[in-house]
Amino acid sequence: MENRAKTDFGKTFKDHLSKDDVNTKEKYLNNFLKKGFPSRKLENWKFSDLNQIIRNNIGELNFYNNFSNKNDLDSSILTNKFEHNKIVFINGKIEQIDFSSEDQKQIDIEKNRKIKIIKEENSLLDLNNAFNDNNYLVRIKSNYKLKKPLIVYHTTNKKLKSTNINLQLNFLLEKNSSLRIIDIFNEKSEKNFINIFYNFDLKKDAILKNYKIDYLKNNNIKYFYNNIDQDANSISETFILSSGSKFIKNEINCNLKDKYSSAFVNGIFSLEDQNHHEIRTTVKHLNENTKSYQLIKSVLNDKSKAVYQGKIYVDSIAQKTDGYQLSKAVLLNEDTEFNAKPELEIYADDVKCSHGSASGSLNENSIFYLRSRGLNYKEAKNLLIKGFLLDVIDKITDEEIKNFIKDTMGFKE
Amino acid sequence: MREKEIEKLKDYKYGFSTDIENFKAPKGLNEKVIRFISKIKKEPKWLLDWRLKAFERLKVLKEPDWQKPKYPKINYQDLYYYSAPKSFKEKPKNLDDLDPKLLETYKKLGIPLQEQKRLNGIAVDAVFDSVSVATTFKDKLTEKGIIFCSISEAVQKHPELVKKYLGTVIPLSDHFFATLNSAVFTDGSFVYIPPGVRCPMELSTYFRINASDTGQFERTLIIADKGSYVSYLEGCTAPMRDENQLHAANVELVALDDAEIKYSTVQNWYPGDKDGKGGIYNFVTKRGLCKGNNSKISWTQVETGSAITWKYPSCILRGNNSIGEFYSIAITNNHQKADTGTKMIHIGKNTKSKIISKGISAGYSDMTYRGLVDISQKAKNSSNYTQCDSLLMGNKCGAHTVPYIKNKNSDSTIAHEATTSKISEEQLHYCQQRGLNQEEAVGLIVNGFCKEVLQQLPMEFAVEAQKLVGISLEGSVG
Repeated sequence: MENRAKTDFGKTFKDHLSKDDVNTKEKYLNNFLKKGFPSRKLENWKFSDLNQIIRNNIGELNFYNNFSNKNDLDSSILTNKFEHNKIVFINGKIEQIDFSSEDQKQIDIEKNRKIKIIKEENSLLDLNNAFNDNNYLVRIKSNYKLKKPLIVYHTTNKKLKSTNINLQLNFLLEKNSSLRIIDIFNEKSEKNFINIFYNFDLKKDAILKNYKIDYLKNNNIKYFYNNIDQDANSISETFILSSGSKFIKNEINCNLKDKYSSAFVNGIFSLEDQNHHEIRTTVKHLNENTKSYQLIKSVLNDKSKAVYQGKIYVDSIAQKTDGYQLSKAVLLNEDTEFNAKPELEIYADDVKCSHGSASGSLNENSIFYLRSRGLNYKEAKNLLIKGFLLDVIDKITDEEIKNFIKDTMGFKE
Repeated sequence: MREKEIEKLKDYKYGFSTDIENFKAPKGLNEKVIRFISKIKKEPKWLLDWRLKAFERLKVLKEPDWQKPKYPKINYQDLYYYSAPKSFKEKPKNLDDLDPKLLETYKKLGIPLQEQKRLNGIAVDAVFDSVSVATTFKDKLTEKGIIFCSISEAVQKHPELVKKYLGTVIPLSDHFFATLNSAVFTDGSFVYIPPGVRCPMELSTYFRINASDTGQFERTLIIADKGSYVSYLEGCTAPMRDENQLHAANVELVALDDAEIKYSTVQNWYPGDKDGKGGIYNFVTKRGLCKGNNSKISWTQVETGSAITWKYPSCILRGNNSIGEFYSIAITNNHQKADTGTKMIHIGKNTKSKIISKGISAGYSDMTYRGLVDISQKAKNSSNYTQCDSLLMGNKCGAHTVPYIKNKNSDSTIAHEATTSKISEEQLHYCQQRGLNQEEAVGLIVNGFCKEVLQQLPMEFAVEAQKLVGISLEGSVG
């Protein structure tokens, strides 16, 4: 892999970037090569060995990306359910940024900025920094609330094969601003490794809502990392629908840095075939009176495997913290597997922290009840699953998007 | 100087040391020392070979470092691996031959070996540094066919049993500390309950580390044959010393068809002084195997001592319908650290496990519950219930919960709950209003918090444990 990565790195950036930039990127490349893809030996990757997953599913990975090439947008992937702003990301390159429904003065988009270093021993971040095309910063000015949601389309076309692509977006939400982002995956290619880093900086009173939708079936391997820094009174809401990809690991790292900030993370695993998905959350309560709430529900079929690792960290000054975490899983088939590691790390005494985790099969009594009322087994099962998952979807605070997600999943009222 | 010593003893009443002449193996960990230990215990060749095999394995194993409490590197070459009172070169035939100093030590500890003869109820095996000192109530137990003796004696008298079961639950190549123990273990208890026998009294072992620079490596093996029952207690103390001492024991339990083993521990090793100096490193491997159908193993532990406690009493539920239970209270104060919990490995059908863990941390201490529930694909219809609650006193201490849950079976159910909180002002106020002072009130509330676990202990121990809970938390309120 090492030689391949080095040659591809040279090929990708030789005529594309200044010498200084290439040097910085090379440092990251070397960092990545030193550590390699994360494997089971690392505690965070205990349940999902990425190194092995890439080897088994992709084999030899390509790193070359021709950034001077323009990719055509297949407009059929765009949704017409509601008006929205868009960022279109095709084959590892951002092809379109469109905020036409907003007040242009209130939004700033910077390109080619210096790489921000997130303190994280993560080799995938090094990989991302080394190979991403551009580093964007989207700045929402104070008191501006976006009228329409922003949809980030993650697409690939058939040309892309066994390739690693990287995306890095930074969002700065100034005082009292608000932003809604929907990430939609829509891929025509197979067997690629997609590596995405989002970095959010929420100032006082800012509100962020992020919905990640991975619903369409595809054979790609994905890693999606969110870092969210929150100031006083800010709110972040993250929803993850984890379903279509062969493998996806979503990581949410949330730092509640100032008083009265709160974070909500809700997720659904709805898996089939041999899919293997993971959600890992780390919520750090670093100041007084902060709140976090997490709810993760899984429905597993065929030979699928789901992993949830959730951590609540409470600093010794973060008194009056309220932390809650619940994960529930329904295993529909003998060959399915659910692993959980709900973790509490607490250094303050006046806190209310709890977590719960339960997994098992569908309740036979409930099925019996429904069947005695005339439903057949399949209908009864589907109704129970729908009820189980709707619980999470109902936590979405944005009506428009809630309905959109219900539509996507075929849960019509 | 002496006064200082006495002053110190106020905090930890078992902190005295006995001035007794010791007979030690040379310092260091090498083949020679292992051969020395084996020779002095007149062990058969198979056991020596077994030890040496473990030592070979130890050379390639690395000390684990994933635990939460970190400790300075232990120099394994600077330890004595065998230490025995000199009078033990020829093992005394009965209690009357025993060094009076030893008898006195146990009397001070509240384990009067002689008086015990008259008290009905508990049979004791006392382990002093590396050797077993005395075992009481032998005749009565022999009558029923129960074997209760030190493991060295069992090697001589019942080699077929030891050979059959030793290392079947904790294999030679398990992990660093277990393998270290396999190579250099000195003594410990051996229990065999024949088929269909219900052991008429509680069996108990009392461990005492006396010599300095000595690691205590004892090995306990308990076998409950078909349809039998035994309740076993373990207690431990050590003198106050400024340096840290290592205690790395292995405990293996085997329950055959329909058998039940109840294993209770009240661990009160010297926890170090207020500034975290000294104290025992308690790195113990305890594992039970429910080998037969309908068997049951139940662990109960009250962990109040040791500078660092790092252990996970586990159950491997191999037999169908077998049951594993784990009840734990862990209390840390001052600079103590604990990383403890359990593993429940479900392999057989219809297996059940239950985990109740209560952690209390005060002062500058740090406490971690770490547990694994693993339900394999074959373990149809199995279930697990886990509850771990932590109580924090002050904001200098920490309480952490790290459960690992693996479910590979759609017929089984797993439920896990954990909470962390502090003692509520209302509860305190209520108790104080009724005339209790603050410390008494805290003691009462903490005892209530631990009740579910304390109830599992045999009567004699429950009283002691309750007192211990109070003592451990002294000075942590206010």
